Amino acid sequence: MATIDRRPGFLVYGLLAAFVLGSALPLYWSFVIGSHTKAEAEQFPPPILPGGHFWENARKVLDTIDFWQALANSLIVSTACAVSVVFFSTLAGYAFAKLRFRGSSVLMGFVVLTMAVPVQLAMVPLFILMRDYRLLDTLAAVALPTLVTAFGVFFMRQYLVDAVPDELIEAARMDGCTMLRTFWTVAVPAARPAMAILFLFTFMQVWTDYMWPLVALDTKNTLQTALDALAVTGQGQTTDHALVLAGAGMSTLPLLLLFVLAGRQLVTGIMQGAVKG
Amino acid sequence: MTQQVPDSRAGEVTATSPASGSPTPAGRPHRTEPSASDDAARRRLLRRQRRSRWDLKLSPYLYVSPFFILFALVGLFPLLYTGFLAVHDWNRAYYVRGDFVGLDNFVWVLKDPVFRTSLVNTFSIFLMSSVPQVLLAVSIAGLLDTRLRGRTFWRMSVLLPFVVAPAAAVLIFGSLFADQSGVVNGFLRELGLDGIRWHVDRWWSHLAIAGMVNWRWTGYNALIFLAAMQAVPRDLYEAAALDGAGRVRQFLSITLPLIRPTMVFVIVTSTIGGLQVFTEPRLFDDTPSREGGADHQFMTTTLYVYVKGIEDQFYGRASAAAWILFLIIVAIAVLNFTLTRLLTRRSA
Repeated sequence: MATIDRRPGFLVYGLLAAFVLGSALPLYWSFVIGSHTKAEAEQFPPPILPGGHFWENARKVLDTIDFWQALANSLIVSTACAVSVVFFSTLAGYAFAKLRFRGSSVLMGFVVLTMAVPVQLAMVPLFILMRDYRLLDTLAAVALPTLVTAFGVFFMRQYLVDAVPDELIEAARMDGCTMLRTFWTVAVPAARPAMAILFLFTFMQVWTDYMWPLVALDTKNTLQTALDALAVTGQGQTTDHALVLAGAGMSTLPLLLLFVLAGRQLVTGIMQGAVKG
Repeated sequence: MTQQVPDSRAGEVTATSPASGSPTPAGRPHRTEPSASDDAARRRLLRRQRRSRWDLKLSPYLYVSPFFILFALVGLFPLLYTGFLAVHDWNRAYYVRGDFVGLDNFVWVLKDPVFRTSLVNTFSIFLMSSVPQVLLAVSIAGLLDTRLRGRTFWRMSVLLPFVVAPAAAVLIFGSLFADQSGVVNGFLRELGLDGIRWHVDRWWSHLAIAGMVNWRWTGYNALIFLAAMQAVPRDLYEAAALDGAGRVRQFLSITLPLIRPTMVFVIVTSTIGGLQVFTEPRLFDDTPSREGGADHQFMTTTLYVYVKGIEDQFYGRASAAAWILFLIIVAIAVLNFTLTRLLTRRSA
């Protein structure tokens, strides 16, 4: 009887709690150090509770880098990419999941294959492409490579295969709906949960990316490349960790907020993608 | 879910479905009978039918084409163009392509000691990150795959580091692992040990970088493993329990063999990601050149591609390096794929 019951004991909770506390520690650390003065931050033993100098450090961050502009740029680029990826992936995923057409399996195989192509391979040619079309140092250049993703198409296809019954599509067609109308009235409502998850994923992926904005931008910054600048200015004789970590914390706050609001969906999305992928 | 669709559309139909086979569906005669000639009406209907047939045939291609067009532009073209760049000489001063040089760039890169250093670093960081990461993720998933109270809370907590962008994570870890003032060294000194030069010593710097990668991705992979574990039929555990198998034994002989496909998936994706680490080594550097330490002691190959291609503008050499790394990634992914399948099959 007791062996069948898999209710966990203290050991399981204890180990999990240790892991969770350990993973939260670096983030907590950035807020602790980011709210102390430089001198306090360098003491040992280090402060273990948040101090009262966060606003001071934050103002220094705002003086050093154009934080608000970088935040706006990150928001614009991430939103544009997420909207575009969700739209085109739903459209293509629906076609692959529910419509029969010549060459569909070959094309889908191609999509899966392209998921494995590493980004570093495209860095130099994309840079040249953007330079030749005079797009360097524009937000468009940052967004362009992520307007569609193979993962998005794959993800939506996997979801729509089960989410939309074939009979419903046939019924809509029988009633004379055009293909586009069928897509809009049958597939899109059913796809909505997956679309939300894909939006979240893409948004986070573009938001946290550092390499491509670094290549594509020069005078402008996203949040990630702005942190870069912050770290460099911090490198005097001794790094002002209080300043750097205040900046790191500030740049993390928007996603942390998103995580509080939509973390549940993110968890669902990762687990769903895993089972089907 | 969307049952309202068929009936709500019934009244406002424009074209008949070619699949239905009946050119004049009942229920809508008022559209064809009025005024003008019967002939015109029939022509209109035919046109609609034709349009509908094209609609049916062309729509799928129309729907997938935006993806393929954009992908051709920003995915496929660069991929082929890198190959083209790699076999040509480039005049840096004027941005013009020089002669076809065959494999010269590849030879140059392979002979470059910095490139070789970067390859070793890439492997070392990859091994230090992927192996502990998978082991830890599987264990955490095993813990989560029990009847926990507050499941959602635990799952979300495990994922927390994932919201911290790598760039922010490096700054945080850079402060923890600072050579002089860092807390980690502070504790080591407290224990009577010497501080470790995390930014200077080659293997220690790899360990610090691998730590950041692991920190961000372990929880994410744990959730993927958890999803696979939840698909394992529960009665298998009950049967094993009746046979006297303990928790750990059940985990090793039931759970692990049954999540093999996920194991392969995670290992292959973490190979592709782990061999392309870029943000961490670039930002962990506290020298102004930012080339992975003063002696390139933690420069990865992707960082090498960036330095050679974007900063120094040796397009050919950078592209050759990118291709070499790509081939290595493919080789290791395939190797991992076969190995994981073999190993987990044996344990089954």
